[in-house]
Amino acid sequence: MTDLLPLIAAKYNYWIYTILMMIGLYAMIAKNNLVKKIIGMNIFQTAIILFYVSIAYKKGATLPIIMGDGHGGGHGAIQAADYINPLPHCLMLTAIVVSVATLGVALALAIKIYRQYGTLEEDDINHQIRMQAGQ
Amino acid sequence: MTQHFPALLIIVPLLSALAVSAMGWIDRRWCFPLAVASLGGALAVSVSLLVQVMAAGPIVYQMAGWSPPIGITYVIDYLNAPVLVVVLAAAFLNLIGAKVRIEAEFEEKLGAYLALYILFLSGMVGIVATGDAFNLYVLLEIASLTGYALIGLGKERAPLSSLNYLFMGTIGASFYLLGIGYIYIATGTLNMADISNMMPQLMGSGTLFLALIICMTGLFVKMALFPMHGWLPNAYSNAPSASAGLIAPLTTKVMVYAMVRVGLTIFTPEFTFSRAILSETIVWLAVGAIVAGSLLALMQRRLSRMLTYVIVAEVGYMVGGFWLGNKTGITGATLHIINDAAMTLTLFMAVSTITWKLGSDKFEDLKGLFGKMPFTMIGFVLAALAVIGIPPTCGFFSKWYLITGGIEAGQWGFVVALLFSSLVNAVLFFRIFEIAFFEPFAEGHGHHGHGPAMSEAPASMVAPLIIAALSLIVLGLYTGDIVTKLIQLAIPAGIA
Amino acid sequence: MELLYSAKPLAAILVSFFVVPIIFSARSENVREAWTFVAALLKFAIVLSMLPFILKGGQIAYTVAEVLPGLAISFKVDAFGMLFALVSSSLWIVTSMYSIGYMRTLKEHGQTRYYACFALSLSATLGVAFAGNLLTLYLFYEMLSFATYPLVSHHQDREARSSGRKYLTYILGASIALVLPAMLIIYSQTGTFEFAPQGFMNGAFSQSTMTVLLLMFVFGFAKAGVMPFHSWLPAAMVAPTPVSALLHAVAVVKVGVFCVARVITGVFGTKMLASMGLGTIVCYIASFTIIVSSIIALSQDGLKRRLAFSTIGQLSYIILGIALLSPSGMTGGMLHIAMHAFGKITLFFCAGAIYAASGIKNISQMVGIGRRMPFTMTAFLLGSLSVIGLPPLGGFISKWNLVIGTLESGQIFFLFVLLASSLLNAAYFLPICYKAFFCTDEEAMFERKVNEVPTWCLVPLCITATCSVIFFFYPQPFLQLAKMTVATIIGAPMP
Repeated sequence: MTDLLPLIAAKYNYWIYTILMMIGLYAMIAKNNLVKKIIGMNIFQTAIILFYVSIAYKKGATLPIIMGDGHGGGHGAIQAADYINPLPHCLMLTAIVVSVATLGVALALAIKIYRQYGTLEEDDINHQIRMQAGQ
Repeated sequence: MTQHFPALLIIVPLLSALAVSAMGWIDRRWCFPLAVASLGGALAVSVSLLVQVMAAGPIVYQMAGWSPPIGITYVIDYLNAPVLVVVLAAAFLNLIGAKVRIEAEFEEKLGAYLALYILFLSGMVGIVATGDAFNLYVLLEIASLTGYALIGLGKERAPLSSLNYLFMGTIGASFYLLGIGYIYIATGTLNMADISNMMPQLMGSGTLFLALIICMTGLFVKMALFPMHGWLPNAYSNAPSASAGLIAPLTTKVMVYAMVRVGLTIFTPEFTFSRAILSETIVWLAVGAIVAGSLLALMQRRLSRMLTYVIVAEVGYMVGGFWLGNKTGITGATLHIINDAAMTLTLFMAVSTITWKLGSDKFEDLKGLFGKMPFTMIGFVLAALAVIGIPPTCGFFSKWYLITGGIEAGQWGFVVALLFSSLVNAVLFFRIFEIAFFEPFAEGHGHHGHGPAMSEAPASMVAPLIIAALSLIVLGLYTGDIVTKLIQLAIPAGIA
Repeated sequence: MELLYSAKPLAAILVSFFVVPIIFSARSENVREAWTFVAALLKFAIVLSMLPFILKGGQIAYTVAEVLPGLAISFKVDAFGMLFALVSSSLWIVTSMYSIGYMRTLKEHGQTRYYACFALSLSATLGVAFAGNLLTLYLFYEMLSFATYPLVSHHQDREARSSGRKYLTYILGASIALVLPAMLIIYSQTGTFEFAPQGFMNGAFSQSTMTVLLLMFVFGFAKAGVMPFHSWLPAAMVAPTPVSALLHAVAVVKVGVFCVARVITGVFGTKMLASMGLGTIVCYIASFTIIVSSIIALSQDGLKRRLAFSTIGQLSYIILGIALLSPSGMTGGMLHIAMHAFGKITLFFCAGAIYAASGIKNISQMVGIGRRMPFTMTAFLLGSLSVIGLPPLGGFISKWNLVIGTLESGQIFFLFVLLASSLLNAAYFLPICYKAFFCTDEEAMFERKVNEVPTWCLVPLCITATCSVIFFFYPQPFLQLAKMTVATIIGAPMP
């Protein structure tokens, strides 16, 4: 039991993103309001983005920007271990864009639904649909 | 020029989508021809790529000359070359068939709609052609977002169905992204070929096994594998028919292709099928999908909803076939990607034609259709025979491989489910045939009655439908060639 | 044995396939019917042209397309296939003639669809006859099911709808649920489907698996009408009589028994079945069907229904003959395909003629009809005698061979089955003829005026009745073809 704690502590980024994912998932499933669901979806996607960013980190490393000091090219070889991994960050730029685009489409659909049913509460909408189907 | 074909395959549609969108403001009459031209061009490119691959082997293309693992590669090999042709042909035929509908339903938004159409297609093409795992995610989202929009443009319950689809689809894509993250942690690369080269050293890796499960879960959500299928019936049946005709044949099949790609190329078969518990569980899920899809289809009273549940069952076929883990099963699943796309295209185009003329697709409104719309019904009958699995249509041959694969693997539950589903499909479609054939002669001997007057849909709707229906027989008769010259070469050696 | 590669089998099949669009676009009834005749005569001619080569002991083969690796849609015409092809193609000509008379007298609707579906059905029938492997057989078997459905439900009323549904449920259901898995299991073990004289199973399975597979085929080919998958036959009698005549006396049901015979001889192999004693099981199943169907036939008042149950019994004669696995038994069974076809089609033609001329469907109303319709009832008498198996009708030859077959295989029980059923056949056929001709004047009263039937109907039934008589004296080429088939199976020199 005692050696579980350092294990958990070492992998804390996994725990954070998992919890965030679950929060997002909970919001998407359990909340009634469409906008809250959309926010939940956003939290869900953000959790994964955070995960990727967190795996790029290296202990004692700095930002991956190579400083030229004016005299032309870098001096000597670049040690990769000194810089955090830039690739996941780039990937996540794309993922953020995707997330924003999804948010946009979702909100557009929500507006359309609002215009159609007059409400953003899911159970009200379902009720209206049932009434329409019954006629 | 020819060596840039893999890039052109995706760039041409992307750019023409922008052009079409711009045309929508300048002169709407040019939108449609431009869209047809770009799809036709892409189709021609894909056919030439297919011929090239069959002659000379897989083509590897580095985007902008950057080499992996940083650069993105597009790989056209024996697996995705035929799928590319099918995807583009399906979209092309559907576009022509839906011309009348699109111009009627989306008149002011013509440019926007066609741009979305082509963007969706470019996303699909990209998913099939790419050789980079993250690039697949990006294109997956391109295709998904445009898909949500295409569906959400419909009337009544379409926006709500689309929003629900959006939620589920995003969960699926995000899981896939997460899975790739795990792969990246373990291997340090995102290039599919690179990862598969590193797999032999990482056979026992728990991280990669988790990655496999997460990736597959994401793809299963996106392909509507039972029990994560809830979004599909609503999304496809409430969508505008032109969109449904594009999305229904393509989305689930391309997701199955992605599953095959991930399982065979990224994770290599030795790793994917190494844990029997995983394979067997998924095969049982597939059995559930087949049975549930078939039974739920029986309960439907609308033609398009019935077809969506048939799609759920068909996804079960492909997933089950792949996870049998033997050569026959994988051949069956891959063949079924091609065949099912053709079958679903024909079915949805037929439904679109029927609703265009009748305004509704409820069963009780389908009376006397054989007399009113004989050509549409010929196409529908051929597609129905293919779904039931009657030779010489293509559906029989993919069922052949799937059942034989199940027998070889000893998965008798899968075999029984396939036969059960064939019988249920026969019942499903013959109910429709009866209604379309018998009424309105319901009473009396009918000796002196004449059939209802023929009022067939316009030729631009029926002609692509007939072409698609005939392709079912052509695909069936050429199964031997397709399998020996393409699919069996795509399956890595070493699978029993 | 010589093997010739020729596209003639494909041509014979496609003749009626290509006439379908011509029929649909025909401008007048006469043009349409004329094209049907052209197609029927052409088909018969092509089949006939292959006969001499087959009679010399040759076989004609043709491969259409290789649809699966190592498996093709291919044709191989041998003596057995030729026998069946001759029967069905010759009887199509006669039936077309009859259809014209029948459909026009009754002013039926949808005649174009009728003739077109008929043509398609005959294509499929020949496809089964000429099939060179199990895949091709299955393909055309299914095609036949779909081509005949619009014919069965031709009248498009409620009765036709439910009968059509029953038809498809039994036939399609059995073939998908039983035949298909059996085929695939065999393929996955043996890797081939080509028919071979002693089968190709070669002990690939255990005895119990073999039994199960054999039974799956016997019951799965539901067109053979083996009980309990027989109910579709009486239900299908709602179709117009020419449909019942050709399809349910000749084409569809004979396709069923043909497939069973092919499977027993070409897939399993008679020697292997005999060594496992599996033939006897099938004999018992067939005997059950024979006896029970004959008993049920006794109770039927509707003439077509009685004929339907008689057909079910006669089909199982054929299966019994093949399953006896003795040379004469198999000869008798195969010959009965031809003899029964001619006899039964005569009976159905007569039933239809009676209906067309007088509107009468029930036997109890047919008292004294022989006086008004002498030719028809004489033909009926001849047809009945042939089916019962009495000389001087062709049916006697096949029954005789069956009887010898039971003695050859030493299974005397089935001899009694044959005798008992012949008595039952007589019991349900002869009273009809007797009452039709010999009765008092008060009984011979009709509500309607009854004439002899139109010529277009009369001539065909006289032709087939006469053929049944001729076949007693000269059963060629059917007997020769049957004997050649059996010789190939048991490996004896050709007769």
